[in-house]
Amino acid sequence: MARAQSPRRTALMTLAAWSVALIIFFPVLWMILTSFKTETSAVAMPPEFLSADWTLDNYVEVWARSDYPRFFWNSVVISVGSTLLGLVIAVPAAWAMAFVPGNKTKDLLMWMLSTKMMPAVAVMIPLYLLFLKLGLIDTKIGLVIALMLMNLPIIIWMLYTYFKEIPAEILEAARMDGAGLWNEIVHVLTPMAIPGIASTMLLNVILAWNEAFWTIILTTTKAAPLSAFIASLSAPQGLFYAKLSAASAMAIMPILILGWFSQKQLVRGLTFGAVK
Amino acid sequence: MKLTIRALLGACAIGAISTAVMAETTITVATVNNGDMVRMQGLMDDFYAKHPDIKVEWVTLEENVLRQNVTTDIATGGGQYDVITIGTFEAPIWAKQGWLEGLNDLPADYDIDDLLPAIRGGLTVDGVLYASPFYGESSFVNYRKDLAAAAGVTIPDAPTWDDIMAAAAAMTDQEAGIYGICLRGKAGWGENMAFLTSMANSYGARWFDENWVPQFDSPEWKAVLTDYVEMLTKYGPPGASNNGYNENLTLSLQGKCAMRMDATVSAGSLTDPAQSEFAEQVGFALAPDMGLGKRANWLWAWSLAIPASSDAKEASKAFINWATNKDYLALVASKEGWRNAPPGTRTSLYANPEYAALPFAKMTIDSINAADPTNPTVKPVPYVGVQFAAIPEFAGLATGVGEIFSAALAGQKTVDEALAEAQALSVDEMTAAGYIK
Repeated sequence: MARAQSPRRTALMTLAAWSVALIIFFPVLWMILTSFKTETSAVAMPPEFLSADWTLDNYVEVWARSDYPRFFWNSVVISVGSTLLGLVIAVPAAWAMAFVPGNKTKDLLMWMLSTKMMPAVAVMIPLYLLFLKLGLIDTKIGLVIALMLMNLPIIIWMLYTYFKEIPAEILEAARMDGAGLWNEIVHVLTPMAIPGIASTMLLNVILAWNEAFWTIILTTTKAAPLSAFIASLSAPQGLFYAKLSAASAMAIMPILILGWFSQKQLVRGLTFGAVK
Repeated sequence: MKLTIRALLGACAIGAISTAVMAETTITVATVNNGDMVRMQGLMDDFYAKHPDIKVEWVTLEENVLRQNVTTDIATGGGQYDVITIGTFEAPIWAKQGWLEGLNDLPADYDIDDLLPAIRGGLTVDGVLYASPFYGESSFVNYRKDLAAAAGVTIPDAPTWDDIMAAAAAMTDQEAGIYGICLRGKAGWGENMAFLTSMANSYGARWFDENWVPQFDSPEWKAVLTDYVEMLTKYGPPGASNNGYNENLTLSLQGKCAMRMDATVSAGSLTDPAQSEFAEQVGFALAPDMGLGKRANWLWAWSLAIPASSDAKEASKAFINWATNKDYLALVASKEGWRNAPPGTRTSLYANPEYAALPFAKMTIDSINAADPTNPTVKPVPYVGVQFAAIPEFAGLATGVGEIFSAALAGQKTVDEALAEAQALSVDEMTAAGYIK
C-alpha cells in the first residue's frame, strides 16, 4: 500500500516543481516580454521588467519586413514532410530490429546513434556539393531528405523501443491467421503502436522545426524556413534585440502551442518502456 | 496554307522576341542585417523604376552566418548568390582566389575616382576593384563633454593614450555608475581583437614580423595588453570582458560611458536625441596615438561584390551601381535626411555642406583618412589590413587569441600568461598553415 504524502511535503514538491519549471521557461518568458519593448527598453541596464515602454511595433515591423507566411509554410512542409518520410522508412526498420533481430542488430542500433554524435560541420562541404550536383539546394524536397536522414536514427530508436513492448505472440497469431508482412505491419503492429508513433512524430516535428544549421546552409530564398527568418533579424552591430525577440516569438509560437496541447502524449511516449 | 504557316511562324518569332525583351532577371542579394542595409531594402522602388527587368530577392543573415554561407557557396561554385555583402577582410583574399568579378567596368556615372582612397585601396587587388563600398567606417573616441568639463579635463581632437588614460581616471565615478572608458572586451576577431589590433598598431606592435613569426612576446604587445587591462579594470564598466559593440553602445546611449572608442558608424545613434538624452553632449576625437605615427583606428567597409559563379553578372552590376552610386546617397538624404546617408565611402559626401555640418562628419572622414591598410604598422609587416591581417587563417587565429585576452581581462590569467599563450597558439597555427618553415 502506498504511503500517503504529508500536505507539507506535497506543497514543497509543488513549489520545487514550479520553481524548476519557471527557471527553465524564464528565457522564453524574457524573450516574449522583450518582444513587446522598445529597442532602448530592451537593452536597458538594469533590465526593465515592469517599467518598460510596451509596444507592438516590433511585430508590425518584423511582419512588414519579412515574408513570414512563406517562412512559416516552408517550416510546416519541411518538418512534417521529413517526419512522415522518416516514419515510412523507420517503421519497417524498427519492426525488423525488434522482431527478427540478427547478431549485429544491437551494433547497428549503436552505430546509427553514433552518427548523431558527429559534428554536422564535418560533413557540411560534402553534403553541400552533393545537394548542388543534385539540384537540391534551396528546395523543400532537399530539406525534407536532409532532415529525415538527420533524425532517422532517433525515429528508429524510439520506434524500436515501442515495438519491443508489443508481445511478439500477437504478431505470430496474425501470421498464423494468414497475414502477410504488409498486413502484419500495417494492420496489426501499427495500430498497437499508435501512441508511440504519435509521440515519435511529435518529437521529430519539433526537432525538424527547430533545426537551424542545415536549414540555413542549404537554403537561400525559396525554401528558407523560420530558422532563416530568425537569422535575418540577428545582428552583432545595431540594436535589434526587441525585433529579434519578436521574430523568435513568432517562430516558436506554433511549435510551442503544438507542444502545449500534446504534452501528455509526448511525456507518455518519451517515458514509454522507461520503467519496468 | 503556306501563308497560314508563315503567319504562325511569324507570330511565334514575335512572341519569342518579345518574351526575351520582357524577360525578367532575378538576382539574389545576400546581405547583413544592419540599419543601412534595411533602409536600402525599403528604397527598392527607386531601383525597380530604373530597372523594371530586374527582380531582387534578399537573403538577410547575421554577419557570421552570412560569412559561413557565402564562403561555402562561393568556394564550391554554387552560384546561389549574385551579389554578396563582404568586408574589407574578405575582399582581397577572395579576389586573389578568383572568386570575385572585377568591377572596373561599372558605368561612368559610378565615378570610381570619387571613392575614398583608403576604402578603395582595401577593396582593390592589382588595380582592379573587386567590391563596391556600401558604407565605410573607422573608429574614434566619443565622450561626454559635460562630464569632461565637470572633471576639468580637455580631450584634444587628436589625443595621445596618456590623454585618454588621464581623462578616464578623472571622469570615472563608479558610485554614480559613470565609467571612464568603455572598450570592447568580448572575445572575437571582429570584437576585442579589432580594437586591440588597432591599439597595437599605435603602440608599435604588430601581429607578425616580415617572416610571419608572431610577435606577442615583444615588449610592445606587453605594453598594449597591460594598459588595456589596467584601463578597463580601473575605469571600465563591470563585466567588461563580455561587452562588445552593442553593449558599449547601449551604455553610451544611457550616458554611462564617459568615453568610448568604437566604430564611427555609431555616431548617428549617439547624436540622435530620439535615442539618447545625452545626444547634445557628445564630443568626438580621433583615436589616440603614442607619437609613433600610427593612430589606433581601424578601417572597415561593408561592400557589395559579385561572385564569379553568378550567372546574372550584368544585372548584378546594375544593382551595385544603383546601391553604391552617389545618387543613392542623395536618395537616402531626400527620404530620411543626410544623417542617415551611408557614411564613409565617397569624397563627394564629405564635400556636401549639409553633410559636413553634421557633428560627426569631419571626425569620421579624418579617422578614415588616418587609416592605411597597406601600411598599417610602425614596423614592417608582410600583410595588409589595419585591424586584421588579410590572410585566410586570421579569423580563426584571432578569435583564439581574443579568447585568451578576454580571459586576461576577466582576471582569469595574468598579462604575461596571456601573451605567452597567444604566442604559443600563433606559432602553432602559423607553422601548421605553412607560413613558418
